[in-house]
Amino acid sequence: MLSLASVSAGYGGFQALFDVSLEVKAGESVAVIGPNGAGKTTLLRVISKLIDARAGEVSMEGRRMNEVPSHEIIGHGIAHVPENRRLFAKLSVEDNLRMGAFMPAARAKYAERLEFVYALFPRMRERRHQVAGTLSGGEQQMCAIGRALMSGPKLLLLDEPSAGLAPVVVQSIFELVRRICREGYTVLIVEQNVRQVLKVVHRAYLLETGRIKLAGSSAQMLESDLIKKAYLGL
Amino acid sequence: MANPMRWIGLALLAAAPLAGMGNYPLHLLIMTLLWAFVYTGWAIMGRLGLVSLGHGAFLGIGAYVVVMGWNHYGLSPWLGIPLALAVTAVIALLIGYPCFRFKIVGHYFALVTLALSEVARLIIVALRDQTGGSLGVTPVTALADTSGSLVALQFSSKLIWFYIIFAFWLGGLWIWTRVDRSMARLALEAISQEEEAAASVGMNIARLKLGVTLISALMTSLGGVLYAQYQLYVNPETVSGIGISLQMVFGAIAGGMFVRLGPTVGAAFTLLLAEVLRLALGHDIHGLDTTLYGLMLVLFIIFMPKGILGAAQEVWARRRAAPTRAAAPS
Amino acid sequence: MEFFDVFLLEAVINGLLLGGVLALLALGLNLIFGVIDVVWICYAELVMIGMYAVYYFHNVFGWPLWLAMLVAILAVAVLGAALHQFVIRPVLAAEPINQLLVTGGVLFFLQAAATLAFGVEFRNIGVSLPAMQAGGMYLSLARLIAFLVALGGMVGVYLFLTRTFVGTAIRAISQDRAIMPLMGVNANRIFVITSALGGGLAGLAACLLVLQYDIHPAIGLTFGPITFMICVLGGLGNMLGGFIAAFIFAQFISVGGYILHIEWGYVFAFLFFIAMMFWRPQGLLGGK
Repeated sequence: MLSLASVSAGYGGFQALFDVSLEVKAGESVAVIGPNGAGKTTLLRVISKLIDARAGEVSMEGRRMNEVPSHEIIGHGIAHVPENRRLFAKLSVEDNLRMGAFMPAARAKYAERLEFVYALFPRMRERRHQVAGTLSGGEQQMCAIGRALMSGPKLLLLDEPSAGLAPVVVQSIFELVRRICREGYTVLIVEQNVRQVLKVVHRAYLLETGRIKLAGSSAQMLESDLIKKAYLGL
Repeated sequence: MANPMRWIGLALLAAAPLAGMGNYPLHLLIMTLLWAFVYTGWAIMGRLGLVSLGHGAFLGIGAYVVVMGWNHYGLSPWLGIPLALAVTAVIALLIGYPCFRFKIVGHYFALVTLALSEVARLIIVALRDQTGGSLGVTPVTALADTSGSLVALQFSSKLIWFYIIFAFWLGGLWIWTRVDRSMARLALEAISQEEEAAASVGMNIARLKLGVTLISALMTSLGGVLYAQYQLYVNPETVSGIGISLQMVFGAIAGGMFVRLGPTVGAAFTLLLAEVLRLALGHDIHGLDTTLYGLMLVLFIIFMPKGILGAAQEVWARRRAAPTRAAAPS
Repeated sequence: MEFFDVFLLEAVINGLLLGGVLALLALGLNLIFGVIDVVWICYAELVMIGMYAVYYFHNVFGWPLWLAMLVAILAVAVLGAALHQFVIRPVLAAEPINQLLVTGGVLFFLQAAATLAFGVEFRNIGVSLPAMQAGGMYLSLARLIAFLVALGGMVGVYLFLTRTFVGTAIRAISQDRAIMPLMGVNANRIFVITSALGGGLAGLAACLLVLQYDIHPAIGLTFGPITFMICVLGGLGNMLGGFIAAFIFAQFISVGGYILHIEWGYVFAFLFFIAMMFWRPQGLLGGK
């Protein structure tokens, strides 16, 4: 479904990604793991066009995305849940969800999508009129993911959903991700929590200092010495 | 511009009226220098990010306090001026203190000052029994029997006025330079860029800003006095209110408010524009020059925010750098 | 002195009615600032253009008043959108003060252009609404209508902002501009729509003011500074704050004008403003 071919990107004089190639097939869940500053967030931003790729090609379902303006990406079925949730803090939960369905194609299905998200996250229904900034960390993550789901995406990009959350909450978030994968969504998830995320996804890539160092199924990654030593502390 | 050039230029300027200019061109020169002085006073604040849209108030205070003092109480401008400056200082502090103490800058500050200039105009108009309202007022003439009265600060000779205003103009540039050089400037530059970062330095910053505001206001007020005594007529429109306040802003920006001579270039530019229009259209279509000012202010902000002189300086700097770049081995 | 003074009450009620239109003006300005983070110094001049538009459509072209007003509102809405697209947008990336100054240039331009185009004589659309009598007080019907329409306009804007997708996007963009593309929102389009809305509100205010006041090119100066003071007092960008501040200000103007001459009402309002600046500089409901 999604494929990156030799993508390079950066900010100003600083290059963050070097010649990155990866792919995500329909129905798969794929993780990108790696240390802080490896370029994982940059990777997602290139896919959702928040920044432009300097070289290489990004394609979605065979279609080249490099020239598509950033606000049209969601129309191609790519929904990005940004780092730190980035909810509209002063708007209510329901208003945040409504923003997720802003795209004309999603607006038509607003009512049924809202029902779907509330069914998936009953806690959101309870708090539908609550101001988003007052939700707990885990609830905010739920809301952010729900917002992305409102557009009926084909591909879901999750940027470190467990970041900044208490360990107990982290568990529930990964449970959530597992459920979403089971629902059939194609997911590309960027995470620092290697052990937990590899339990949830089919495949993973290791990104270090802007380059793909390793790739394989989750089982393979868990067995690899490199991963074990550097990221699992074994 | 190298130093000797500067002195030669000044000397030429100082001698110009003696070479026998007509009365009208001399009047234009005087007005250019007068407004240059006023615009420079504004720019002292403006370049530090303290953009005031209300300096018309200070202009008006200077003009009206002195003229009213003379007309109603026979108060010589020599006494009227300190009075006007005192009033100006009080108003400047009254507005400046809460703004800077509580870090009200940017939009808020601009709006507060804008309101100030309009209220000054309203008060002048409302006190119509004393000020003559919208019709304006003329200082009672002391020139019936004589060509110049020091007590009344009135002179019929344009030559004398030229040197007075020339001196003030130079003084304004000197003040500009002093403020520019003082250590405080470095701190203030930091503030105008990063309001939050400098917040910790609190009180002292506020005091510095207040100082700069005071200087700027007092200069403008003096400008108002000079205007009133030279023109021998003022009305609320020309010395207070939004119109003249914005004109000051435009003049300083068009010339380049980050450069010492920028406001002077701006004054020359605006006066030249008005004259060209007058000549081209044959008569005074008041409204056309301001329409063009407005249009040009918009265009200047969009395309030449550093003003004429500022942009010119950038071009010179780039041209000076280019030859060295070309000479470097690849 | 009598404790209950019917003329004082009249002044208070008239102040209330005046507050309605001032609140509408403040709403438009706050909307633009709250969403786009730009102050339209020329806001009152947009209203002035709207007033001239009503005059020309109704008195010169002979259209029925309701049509003239409708078209005038649309015209100023378009003017607002154009203002953003051609004047503000190029300087959005520059210093905030440049954005303010550029609208200052537009203020100059509109006032001067209006003088050129329409001349300095005062004009009036000649629609005279009676004064109503209630309990010994004379209340202007025009002002009452203005009050009700202004209130209606504000309710309309509130509903638009809270119930529609575009309205929600307008509220959202002021909180986090950067992620708007992720939701398929074209930020510039939202800004243009907001600007059109702000312009439309100015046009609406123009229709209400034209019923009560004469038109001349500098009329923007009579309520422009007041509007700014109201917005600053209520907390720049805060629509509720502006609403409340508008009524407070209107009372100062009305009651102050009753005690002394009307011009002094404005001076009182300004002195009150200065006092507030000392006490609560960020505005009643403002807060950074």
